[in-house]
Amino acid sequence: MTQIGQPISRLEGKLKVTGAAKYSGEYKVPNLLYGYVVSSAITKGKIIKIHTESAEKIKGVVKIFTHLNRPGKAWFDMQYADMDAPPGASFRPLHNDEIKFNGQPIALVVAETFEAAREGASMIKVDYQETKFQTDLHSNLAAARDAKKGMATLLKPPPPKPTGDFEKAYAESDFKASGEFIHSTEHHNPMELFTTTTLYDGKGKLTIYDKTQGTINCQLYVGNVFGLHFKNVRVVSPFVGGAFGSGLRPQYQLFLSVMAALDLKRHVRVTLDRSQMFSFGHRPQTIQHTRFGATQEGKITALNHTSVAETSQFEDYTENVTNWSSMMYPADNTLFEQKLVSLDVNSPMDMRAPGGSTGLHAIEATMDEISYKLNIDPLELRLINYSTFNNAEKKPYSSKELKACYLQGAEKFGWYKRSPQPRSMSRGQKLVGYGMATGIWDAMQLPARAEAIITKDGKLHVKSAVTDIGVGTLTVMTQIAADEFGLNMEDVLFFYGDSKLPFAPIQGGSFTTATVGTAIVFASKALKKKLLKIAKTSNEAFKKAEIEEVTFKNGMMIYKDCSISFLEIINTNKDKPIRTTNFGYPHALKLRKYARAVHSASFVEVEVDQELGTIKVTRALTAVAAGRIINPKTARSQVLGGMVWSISKALMEETIMDAQLGKYINQSFAEYHIPVHADINELDVLFVQEDDKIINELGIKGVGEVGLVAMPPAIANAIYHATGKRINRFPIHFDELMES
Amino acid sequence: METESFTKTHQATTVTPRTITLSINGQQHALTILPYVSLLDALREYLDLTGTKKGCDHGQCGACTVICDGKRIISCLTLAVMKEGAKITTIEGINHPIQQAFIDHDAFQCGYCTPGQICSAIGLLEEGKVKSREEVKDSMSGNLCRCGANQQIIDAIMQVKGGDNE
Repeated sequence: MTQIGQPISRLEGKLKVTGAAKYSGEYKVPNLLYGYVVSSAITKGKIIKIHTESAEKIKGVVKIFTHLNRPGKAWFDMQYADMDAPPGASFRPLHNDEIKFNGQPIALVVAETFEAAREGASMIKVDYQETKFQTDLHSNLAAARDAKKGMATLLKPPPPKPTGDFEKAYAESDFKASGEFIHSTEHHNPMELFTTTTLYDGKGKLTIYDKTQGTINCQLYVGNVFGLHFKNVRVVSPFVGGAFGSGLRPQYQLFLSVMAALDLKRHVRVTLDRSQMFSFGHRPQTIQHTRFGATQEGKITALNHTSVAETSQFEDYTENVTNWSSMMYPADNTLFEQKLVSLDVNSPMDMRAPGGSTGLHAIEATMDEISYKLNIDPLELRLINYSTFNNAEKKPYSSKELKACYLQGAEKFGWYKRSPQPRSMSRGQKLVGYGMATGIWDAMQLPARAEAIITKDGKLHVKSAVTDIGVGTLTVMTQIAADEFGLNMEDVLFFYGDSKLPFAPIQGGSFTTATVGTAIVFASKALKKKLLKIAKTSNEAFKKAEIEEVTFKNGMMIYKDCSISFLEIINTNKDKPIRTTNFGYPHALKLRKYARAVHSASFVEVEVDQELGTIKVTRALTAVAAGRIINPKTARSQVLGGMVWSISKALMEETIMDAQLGKYINQSFAEYHIPVHADINELDVLFVQEDDKIINELGIKGVGEVGLVAMPPAIANAIYHATGKRINRFPIHFDELMES
Repeated sequence: METESFTKTHQATTVTPRTITLSINGQQHALTILPYVSLLDALREYLDLTGTKKGCDHGQCGACTVICDGKRIISCLTLAVMKEGAKITTIEGINHPIQQAFIDHDAFQCGYCTPGQICSAIGLLEEGKVKSREEVKDSMSGNLCRCGANQQIIDAIMQVKGGDNE
């Protein structure tokens, strides 16, 4: 039986349901010091004086770090740049007296107990000199400009260049639809607070338990910033209590914990509190405009999509909001634009389906608008404009089974029971609406290394520095490795979440399974060759065997009717393990001819109370074409998670900025609304068959983001169908739907 | 004025630690702590029982849920000194079919809210007040899950609870 394709339960499941899984703030450390961060109460200006006297008197307080006494650190901005740093100068904690955003860390109180550190932090008074600031995107649109280019541009190319003559084609089109779409700031808010525990061993070596999506990213950051040799910095992160992009960059508690540990020569743990979880990266607020033109028959001929997003004053964070429509719909006349406005906020950063979950709302709500204007079923409109060719890149897709998503999804959901007119369906006091939308996400793959080992006892060990942020990486990588050697799951151990293991990039963008999975395949292939080579030295029967003629099953290497066990091969190898470390990489030459993407279609039913305007997503289905699904159980959970996030995005979550104060005013789980169990009703996921022989060895595309691109617009479209009101501002609130 | 308020707060820290005994998972633990140490911090930082999680420290997320005298409570809003003599059960002391049901239904991803969800579910089952799936959802809504495993969590609870899943 092959392991790939089996719905295997998470291998770390038992540790998680018994409380035995250790997250970064949970390692028992003797004589541990605790750090508590003091955050800036102003938005922009200078620190005049930090009054630390009272805090210093508290029993147990060891040291208070501010910009005045922080130990010397790297001088150049570049040394603070991590793998995911946007163009600009990365934020440097406690660097000087300058305040760049509200909530900026300005001091760290280190104490023998958590209570003393917290109390000390609460007693610090700061004199500031405030200067004028801007935090409101809407009143600063005149400052919109192009983004600076940098390394990050490689993974996030600017929107495609204009084609044809959009203005003319739009003016002449039979049917037009347009809209302004407004999205608020969102914060990742993983359940686990950002924590770093730095262990100082006394000989200049650090072991760092960090909450991160990239152990090596943090290792390099710490090495660069503190001038340490990389081999003296080990970052360990086997369990991560959610991240959703917030761990793609080293956060400031890592810096502060390492700084204090090096200075005090002690073990130091720094944990942010929940309100401080709103002080680093976030999904930026954006304003988008669309104008789509179509023929009488429903063919889209003209596409215009523009966006303006906020960024900080010191980095140009961009996400691809307007790149998607011409990847989906082959119009000849296109015009796309993405602009930034620098505001006095911290730099935004990638948050689950960055750009896509923002842009697809505008695209798919505009498509919906066209379908009503033309009186064509929304699903039919997508089929009329269906193409397996990516018009943005002018390349065919390596595979695209989106049509199967549309058709199978519609059938299973019962789409065809929908009555076309808005406000035409009801259930008692409630209006009922059906909505659908398309989703798309890049199918990316990066280079990574992996090590594969046949151990002395004939088991397979596979190693990568990659994290498992809860997506199922441990289980899925074990399945992939097991199949390479025809082994059972029990005979394979995957080691991960540790910077001393072979290189893996940060875990995000839905590229991890393809990236690390391919590296495991490459390492396995090399290891098989090595096994055969060794077998040939001791076993006559294998002398003439070519690697292509050899198979592996249950710990045996088989050639024709002969077999040799891994233990015998190990025996030949003088009882030493046999190991290889290899790079896995995308086949650039082969892939150059193709566009690559994962697709989905979401179908949503909502109920809207006629009197109160309250909205309930009663049921939803997302059909996904994501290549080969390694583990349908964990993949389904990934998509379901994206669907819950979709409900959150469309109806609930937003970080509210008070532009008078320059401060987010709902920095808690009581006021930052995410769905609770009672908000979630019937959710269904369907994976369609998609065999992609081009994309990579295993035909993997990735499912981390695709659950969160189609469903938010599908909810908005369902609300329109139910009520006849098109609300283009997310999240949609009941007051906008109240009958007047 | 400022100096005055500083002195007042500072005086609060002169409160002396006290030695208490907590009964956790059937074991007696003696510990010396300040009276304002939360039960959550006592578990995690003083007793190395880190299975109970801190998500907000404000009673808003449910990650710190433990079972106290048969009822689910929020340990971050409970002072440890208040619970002398109480019978506290944390995830480390639980051996219940709901745990396997969570694994079978893939009712977690990152696992950070899981101990709280499980303690809350056991409390709910023992309270015996809720019947329908809708009621279970309502009664579990104090436990947030950011990974979005909500549906699987309720599926797992309904399987163990038995009865009507409507």
